[in-house]
Amino acid sequence: MSNETTLSRRGFFMKLGILFNGLVATALAVPIVGFLFSSVTRGRGDGYLSWVSLGPVTDFPEGETRLATFRNPYVMPTDGKTVNTVAWVRRIQGDQFQVFAVNCAHLGCPVRWFPQSGLFMCPCHGGAYYRDGSRASGPPERGLFEYPYKVENGFVTIQAGELPTPGAAVAMLTGTKPPCAAQDRLVSIQASSEFSSERVKAT
Amino acid sequence: MSMITKIGAWFDRRLQLAAPIREAAEHPVPRNTASWFYVFGSAALTVFLVQIVTGILLALIYVPSAGEAWSSLQALNHNVTLGWFIRAVHGWGSNFMVAIVLIHMAQVFLFGAHKFPRELTWILGVFLLLMTLGMAFSGQVLRFDQDAYWGLGIGASIASRVPIVGPAIVKLMLGGPIIAGATLSRFFALHVFVIPGLLIAFVVLHVLMVLKLGINEWPMPGRIVRRATYEAQYHALTKSEGAPFVPYAVWKDLFFAGFIILAIAACALYFGPFGPTGQPDPTIIQTAPRPDYFFLWLYGVLSLLPPSMETPFLLIAPAVVILGLILLPFLSGEGEKSWKRRPIAVLTVLLIAIILGTFTRLAQVAPWSPQMNAWSGDPVPDRYIHNTTALERQGALVFQAKQCRNCHSLGDSGGQRGPTLDSVAVRLTGDQLIRQVIQGGGNMPAYGNNLSPAETTALVAFLKTLHPATQRPARDSARDMVLSDSKPKTASPSQP
Repeated sequence: MSNETTLSRRGFFMKLGILFNGLVATALAVPIVGFLFSSVTRGRGDGYLSWVSLGPVTDFPEGETRLATFRNPYVMPTDGKTVNTVAWVRRIQGDQFQVFAVNCAHLGCPVRWFPQSGLFMCPCHGGAYYRDGSRASGPPERGLFEYPYKVENGFVTIQAGELPTPGAAVAMLTGTKPPCAAQDRLVSIQASSEFSSERVKAT
Repeated sequence: MSMITKIGAWFDRRLQLAAPIREAAEHPVPRNTASWFYVFGSAALTVFLVQIVTGILLALIYVPSAGEAWSSLQALNHNVTLGWFIRAVHGWGSNFMVAIVLIHMAQVFLFGAHKFPRELTWILGVFLLLMTLGMAFSGQVLRFDQDAYWGLGIGASIASRVPIVGPAIVKLMLGGPIIAGATLSRFFALHVFVIPGLLIAFVVLHVLMVLKLGINEWPMPGRIVRRATYEAQYHALTKSEGAPFVPYAVWKDLFFAGFIILAIAACALYFGPFGPTGQPDPTIIQTAPRPDYFFLWLYGVLSLLPPSMETPFLLIAPAVVILGLILLPFLSGEGEKSWKRRPIAVLTVLLIAIILGTFTRLAQVAPWSPQMNAWSGDPVPDRYIHNTTALERQGALVFQAKQCRNCHSLGDSGGQRGPTLDSVAVRLTGDQLIRQVIQGGGNMPAYGNNLSPAETTALVAFLKTLHPATQRPARDSARDMVLSDSKPKTASPSQP
């Protein structure tokens, strides 16, 4: 009899020990998971986005598309050169701009602007975009990503801070499109119809 | 008793490992498995060991910081004695490892070794393949150059397409909102701690199961695997015609392992280390990123899939393939092992090999990519403007200035994105050319916004001259009948 009692007492302590370790592990798991997912939780909503300047309006001649460099607003000390980012700035006229991400809407390779042919071209999989960022040809399903912009005190500022990917923050996807941008597309029936359906989806 | 034997005995009295090791080494294997076809598993293990050693050596110098990784690789290449060679061995070792793991997998499948009772060995092998590919990708990231930077961007773009949680996966993968210091650090942790740790654990289990269950016997056509009888048959086989693994079969493994290490070293000596290419500076966009060799096929597939199929393909296909590989031993766990009686298995392996090979080859050439420097150096060759009018020559200038040759070749230079234009006038009439230039279509952007009417007229006039001397340009015969007062021409000038 006594033998059974000791066994159940030991068994009880063992179960208690397992329970105790389970509680400790759970308690420790909270900060571990919190640490592991900190890059996700911090970025909720517009957590990473802020307004950065691309330089004075006078840097961007009307009717031209220029490459502008800016420093990503979220910086870590070990980032090196990777925080320097570029964007294509198209000044339509006056304070009307379009600021495009260099990252192709297909898989993110850097698109280049070719003023002679009026196209953005991607070196990876052959995507091409018109001067207003709408899709011209190739694998991309949509136009270039646009940064929301505003002109303040003679400076062009954009809302940036996240790698533009097809699933990134909503602000990146829609952009602020000046109303006159649509005129450029009238000639190409195919392209403009594709683009308008895309905009409906995006907004 | 000599000194060494005494020391050995002292250790074994405490460790007690000699007996189990001897037992494992001398366990009987079917005689006909002492074959050159059975050396790929041990070769993969050998290359893995080479990777561990060279990886540790590289970690002595490499700095996993986005600001300094690239310079530390340059130091390895140029400042540290034989640093270039260790980098080259590690890089070539990675290529060899992926190749050998794939060959091992094909051999195992064709010899029916995934069937009962070795299902779990196969499943662990599938995970080992995935981990090997994970090591290859994360290793490419650690070579923190332009290809690595934009390769991460491609990875992020693919991950972001996952419904709902896509953006969260991207931030988890990058360790922040952009590709930066935290990204490199976490890929370093994956490449150096997480995946190798898992690899070692899985390799140990994989090898342990080969020892416990016995090496797959040479498949004989007609010798059918049945769950009820197989194990007894296998034991009878090893008893009747078995031989100790050491030394009966192991010498072939040893020779092949040595040969593979020599081959890696030879490639490293001859070809040198991989990169690093340009600095990982996102402001340098004059770059055409390419993945490493073993992901080239994917790069090709992503260029050629119709846009609408791409997201489903990227998200569903990997899951289907992995699930298919895992379920394979359950779907065909019994029956014939010999490839001679399994034509569909043989055809499947051949088909996969041909698909991967074709896409890899296509991606090496990348005909879909615009040639972004074709226009700058190359004027329209002289022979295309012999005996042309002023308008046609003006068109040749437009052709040159508007970078048509980024995508179209003329006289064998230029991109292959669009069709070659040497004989475009045979295919399209003047009206069709105008429509194509202004409105685009197919894969061509519309140039209506970017060409004045005069430029379009001149360009099309030039394009209409592009036909072989022996072939007349395309002509809309109905147009003559409608527009002209003269008699309708009867004969069609079409020639082969």
